[in-house]
Amino acid sequence: MITSDTRHTTGTLVIKSVVALIAALLLFAPFLFQDVRSLEVAARICIFIVLVASFDLLIGYTGIVSFAHTMFFGFGAYGAAILLKQMGPGWTPVLLGALAGVAVSLVFAVAIGLLSLRVKAIFFAMITLAAASVVLVLASQLSQITGGEDGIIYKSPDLFKTATKLLTDADGKVVRLWDVKLNGKLAAYYFVFITSLILFLAMLRFVGSPFGTVLKAIRENEARAEAIGYRVVAYRTAVFCLSATIASLAGTVYAVWLKYTGPDTALSFSIMIDILLMVVIGGMGTMWGAVIGAVLLILAQYYLRDLMGAASEALTGVPLLPELLAPDRWLFWLGIIFILLVYFFPRGIAGTMMTGRKGA
Amino acid sequence: MTARTATLSTYWDRAGGVNLLPVAVALIAFLLIGAPSSWITLTVAGLAMGMMLFLMASGLSLVFGLMDVLNFGHSAFVSFGAFISAAVLAGLGGWLAADSWVLNASALAAAYLAAICFGLIAGWFFETVIIKPVYRDHLRQILITIGAMIVAEQTILAFWGGTPFSVARPHFLEGSWIIGDVSIEIYRAFAFALGAGVFVLLYVGLNRTRIGLLIRAGVEDREMVEALGFRVDRLFIGVFMLGSALAALGGAMWAGYETLITPHMGADLMIVVFIVVIIGGLGSIEGTLLGALLVGLMSNYVGFLAPKLALASNMILMVAILLWRPNGLRPAVK
Repeated sequence: MITSDTRHTTGTLVIKSVVALIAALLLFAPFLFQDVRSLEVAARICIFIVLVASFDLLIGYTGIVSFAHTMFFGFGAYGAAILLKQMGPGWTPVLLGALAGVAVSLVFAVAIGLLSLRVKAIFFAMITLAAASVVLVLASQLSQITGGEDGIIYKSPDLFKTATKLLTDADGKVVRLWDVKLNGKLAAYYFVFITSLILFLAMLRFVGSPFGTVLKAIRENEARAEAIGYRVVAYRTAVFCLSATIASLAGTVYAVWLKYTGPDTALSFSIMIDILLMVVIGGMGTMWGAVIGAVLLILAQYYLRDLMGAASEALTGVPLLPELLAPDRWLFWLGIIFILLVYFFPRGIAGTMMTGRKGA
Repeated sequence: MTARTATLSTYWDRAGGVNLLPVAVALIAFLLIGAPSSWITLTVAGLAMGMMLFLMASGLSLVFGLMDVLNFGHSAFVSFGAFISAAVLAGLGGWLAADSWVLNASALAAAYLAAICFGLIAGWFFETVIIKPVYRDHLRQILITIGAMIVAEQTILAFWGGTPFSVARPHFLEGSWIIGDVSIEIYRAFAFALGAGVFVLLYVGLNRTRIGLLIRAGVEDREMVEALGFRVDRLFIGVFMLGSALAALGGAMWAGYETLITPHMGADLMIVVFIVVIIGGLGSIEGTLLGALLVGLMSNYVGFLAPKLALASNMILMVAILLWRPNGLRPAVK
């Protein structure tokens, strides 16, 4: 099984410094990379780090696989989106939306947890998959509320408008810091960054707490943990609820940042597959792995496609290879990498580095 | 103990127990729908859909029962079966267009055979290359089979593209029989008959042959069968190949039923197949048949009565049955 040894080996130091570097880059992202696309990538990375880390709480710390994680993400996103659309821009709808998203997520998490965690862990995977697909279908069918396939477009709170001036100089123009306008877009990015940071730190604290230790015990030996007197079902349901809550909050933040919520950005099964790939590539059960996996995969998503497009054009004439190298086929290669990783490095990048070279 | 102590539940069991559920669903639907002619049409559609779902789900259920392996990539066989049979039918367009009944039927048979052969070979490959290294590790099994599903879906996209692919149907399966004011689509009756035939073969194979005996024993207690000197792992490869072939056949039949297929059809059907397997109980083909018929009937009836609820109805059915029997209706795995 996966073991997460937190002794300070060189590998651990490397991983932690890489994570610190990523954090620093994200902190100064608006100043370092000054185009719109890079800022979009940076915000997406922040949110996915939280989303993947909350999924890691489940898969890495309790060993159960849920396919309903995007469902919770979607609850949070749609909660904020629907209220922002109905009540107009402001902070009240965001807060209420976040609360509503969390409440719905908790109800679903408790129901699914109690219904399926009791029986067999493998049932859980199937049932979450079924529940998530039903919610996805409902979201596209109840178009009066959710906007159907088209989703909802709305305005975020006034503070985050690009036209908002955070600081003005004597002439009434926006102050520039290192050539970057201090406008609402910057405020929106730092809203995303800071909430993500708080949520991530909260999870890190949680994993180190006695509760987290019990979870690790359950993952390593379920029967033994039960025999010592820990109620496995209760612990698993609790952590499922926690991870659902955090996913839902991440959804709300994403909805505020994107100013658009639809099935493709908040609910689709491909996001679920992305999360799964990120957590496995990064390393399950480490939390740091979530950071590395999310960064690698999102960079690949945005920039590898361009590379593959070039490769595909260079190979025109060769049978089949251009089709397999087409930019849309990038998931094909990721799938193969994913399978190989699960075979040879089941602990992912972070896990493998942090435990050293003691047998795979 | 006298006959007086016989409770309602013993009568229930003697009358067939959970096997009566599809009949009960059909009766309730009859009362709700009211019109006998549409009820018959819906029931035939539901039974046909149930039989195709049974083909797709039976392999999954047996594989899980025998080796405790849950294959999330099972849907890949379904979509590959559909696309390969569609491609064969398109290739044999001349036979299909011919006026001869024999040529039409042989084109269809060739398409199904191609799907089955693919299922057998791909099943063998899948089992030895992908699943064997991760026996007894559920987490990695789920992850690896999901990875395989992604790769398979992308391969289909690379070969056939993302646009819907239309499937030709042989001429003699087109149209419908009209009896009084009841109309029955011929293809549905054909799908039901073929599915029922496969079920009977499977049932006889599992209950009347020596290999079937070994498979059932392996589902009950694998270690004991191994201790008696039988190679359960070889048996397992056989069951896996058979299950994949059945899934491919189910996909091929589904392709003819829908007439338009997309590379995502496998993933969409997978949800329904999972619901079938969960309702039926893992490891038994009788349970799978029961679950498949229930789901097929339910989705057709609800699709007629309240179209918006069609997919949610399966979910509600599953939750209700799990609350009543947490292991499904007729589980073979304890």
